[in-house]
Amino acid sequence: MSADVFDAAARPLPLSAVDESRWTRRLLIAVALAFMGLFLLAPLLVVFIEAFSRGAGFFFDAIVEPDALAAIQLTLLAAAISVPLNLFFGVCAAWCIARFEFKGKGLLITLIDLPFSISPVVSGLIYVLMFGLHGWFGPWLRDNDIQIIFALPGIVLATIFVTFPFVARELIPLMQEQGGEEEEAAVVLGASALQIFWRVTLPKIKWGLLYGVLLCNARAMGEFGAVSVVSGHIRGETNTMPLHVEILYNEYNMTAAFSVAALLALLALVTLAAKSALEWRFSAELAALKKH
Amino acid sequence: MRWKSPSPLPGFGLTLGYTIAYLSLIVLIPLAGLALRASGAGWDGFLSAALAPRVIDAFKVSFGCALIAALINLVFGLLVAWVLVRYDFPGRKLADAFVDLPFALPTAVAGIALASLYAPQGWFGALLAPLGVQVAFGPLGIIVALTFIGLPFVVRTVEPVLQDFEREQEEVAAMLGATRASVFFRVILPSILPALLTGFALAFARAVGEYGSVIFIAGNLPGVSEIAPLLIVIKLEQYDYVGATSIAVMMLLASFVLLLAINLLQRWTRSYDVR
Amino acid sequence: MVPRFKAFAAALFGSALALGAAAAHAQTTILNVSYDPTRELYADFNKAFIAKWKADTGQTLTVRQSHGGAAKQARSVIDGLEADVVTLALAYDIDAISDAGLINPGWQAELPFNASPYTSTIVFLVRKGNPKGIKDWNDLIRDDVKVVTPNPKTSGGARWNFLAAWGYALEKNNNDEAKAKDFVARLFKNVPVLDTGARGSTVTFTQRGIGDVLLAWENEAFLSLKEVGEDKVEIVVPSLSILAEPPVTVVDKVADRRNTRPVAEAYLSYLYSAEGQELAAKHFYRPRLPEVAAKHAKRFPQLKLLTIDQNFGGWRAAQAKFFADGGVFDQITGVK
Repeated sequence: MSADVFDAAARPLPLSAVDESRWTRRLLIAVALAFMGLFLLAPLLVVFIEAFSRGAGFFFDAIVEPDALAAIQLTLLAAAISVPLNLFFGVCAAWCIARFEFKGKGLLITLIDLPFSISPVVSGLIYVLMFGLHGWFGPWLRDNDIQIIFALPGIVLATIFVTFPFVARELIPLMQEQGGEEEEAAVVLGASALQIFWRVTLPKIKWGLLYGVLLCNARAMGEFGAVSVVSGHIRGETNTMPLHVEILYNEYNMTAAFSVAALLALLALVTLAAKSALEWRFSAELAALKKH
Repeated sequence: MRWKSPSPLPGFGLTLGYTIAYLSLIVLIPLAGLALRASGAGWDGFLSAALAPRVIDAFKVSFGCALIAALINLVFGLLVAWVLVRYDFPGRKLADAFVDLPFALPTAVAGIALASLYAPQGWFGALLAPLGVQVAFGPLGIIVALTFIGLPFVVRTVEPVLQDFEREQEEVAAMLGATRASVFFRVILPSILPALLTGFALAFARAVGEYGSVIFIAGNLPGVSEIAPLLIVIKLEQYDYVGATSIAVMMLLASFVLLLAINLLQRWTRSYDVR
Repeated sequence: MVPRFKAFAAALFGSALALGAAAAHAQTTILNVSYDPTRELYADFNKAFIAKWKADTGQTLTVRQSHGGAAKQARSVIDGLEADVVTLALAYDIDAISDAGLINPGWQAELPFNASPYTSTIVFLVRKGNPKGIKDWNDLIRDDVKVVTPNPKTSGGARWNFLAAWGYALEKNNNDEAKAKDFVARLFKNVPVLDTGARGSTVTFTQRGIGDVLLAWENEAFLSLKEVGEDKVEIVVPSLSILAEPPVTVVDKVADRRNTRPVAEAYLSYLYSAEGQELAAKHFYRPRLPEVAAKHAKRFPQLKLLTIDQNFGGWRAAQAKFFADGGVFDQITGVK
């Protein structure tokens, strides 16, 4: 036996032992790319092809139509309110979870993750049960003339819920990996809490933060199920872009539906590009992120 | 023993307080409201609503299709991760960036795109129709949509582990005379298994609750292609709040159990990391 | 809890709430919550009514419009969607809103013709040339025919479809309910896709190419001819169908609280005016006013029509018997 091992070590290892043969490689690459082409690229392509099937003019008309513009505005507004709130929450949660040891931390992390695995329909339903006319606060809200569901606040709440864990999930492992020594040194040097955050912590986590915000924003603008339950579908008023896509689709207006869908797909591509740019330029800082 | 270890850093009370307050307002109180509403009908009412045959059927469809889709992603996600990490080919970086598309693309857009592709008149549907295979508007359509949704979870959890895997182990095994296949199955696979299972569980958890992309492509036939989230919507539309909230609570429990499993898996993954 | 919530809401959504509250206070805005196939009708009708209201009162009115499956829409109104008027697919959905205390009982007697300013019926839409040779309801239970209809649990149109099929089967089988049940069970075995709303089914049939025949509102079928082309689909009128009465009413609680009753009532009565009736006819609804109906008589085929009140004992009875949990529809889909 020992002679065999010696023999094997003396000869250069056959490539087939530590790596696949060239043809196996090519086959595996081909299968993987075919799978991605079938499941990822084809749906994306079909959106753009359908959108431009009647020419670019039709595409732009569908985008600048008043109801579409209102949907775009509402989507931007809902994201502009919910993303900063979840950003602030994510930083707070990451600070107390990654920098301190306390009991119940595991449970807290699980609870923060919870919205991530809850069906979007349930996410919408819970706010209907709270703020609907027959919900807990319903009668009081009506008496005070406040609309939560079927209006902007409900859409914002549902959006906050579905994007709740995004920033926190990115920051917690990153900050855990980095450790708190530098912040502790800053405390010794007499820095205030805010100074520590702005001067020491933020520079270390800014790319992870941006990464989380990107994903959070993409989901916020694209959410369908939860928002659909609380929207009320009032034309030009409580329809977000994904809901507007559904409406156009239901109005024999396929090309217009795909035009708005293409705008959303474009947004997804911009998100991917920004994310990749972040990863390529700051791969070292982000390597820690991927480990969770 | 105190519940918190001492630390010189400031801001613990404030950030933890805010975290818990915000978490309670946005997530916990509304979810408690849901549970309370479902319990309003009493235990019997809840059980009879949550275990009605049509509801059980919908759960079977949801969990069954999610399971199959997650299994597809287990195999192909591993393959994609492997190819992206191990091989160099033109367009590799682009392909790598593209994996995240399902995270970024709104589910409704994915839904109408997949429905147009796989409808009998669509690009793929027209090819499959002569073979007697109908994808859109059946369980196959749901599986396609859920596969789309779940792919990045497997790829993104397996990729970093595969990257960190030490090639020396493979070389040693090869020197000892192992074939490439047995190196893969005996050496590589066991060490990426925790990550692979985590990715699988994440993809599964996401797929079980998915709504937006599925409703455009599912046939919505009770017992055949009606998913649990859609049944919640249908119950709501029948003014059956007890039914809707009971199904919702069941789904909530399922997501909670899945999350706990995922957290355990991730702890397992990390124990491999520090090895 | 409540004061704490108030502080929270004010802090978190100050601007958003202001927006919502402002919209609620604006006097010259009404919201019409309607069902799926009326999109095109109300797009036109709202324009006409806004012009008339401006001419009559000088006020600039905004009509906000919401569409979806009838049950979903009714559910939204019950949950607090501030509809001043509802224009839904069938009386049961409005009864549900009334049961929730938002609409005064007896609403259906407050406007003429069962509060339904236009009617329709259920017809078949088939592929051009009618390749499967579908003529009547009994063709729908053939093994080689695929039928597209929305889900009767969620779609008003689908309930009319179901009752029309049931009525046909009863008549053919000397009122034998067991045979009628078998008939609809076989019909629903031929259904490959159950969308939640009428419009979803139409899209599935016309755009996605699923099925051989679509059970559709007559107006929806005419609209499909116009939208997808007479070279693609054609209408088949069965020997018997049902008189579908989509009712309209003011949501009393909302209109009174928002002080919009005058405009809401004017809005609905305009539906009964010659102009409103013409618009209904233009969008393929059967007008109620005899003189307008006579003008368009050629367009709408005459056929034997059952009615919900005479043949099924009203919507509440029909709902409980056929579509409630455990009802006939559940029984026949359970046997799959």
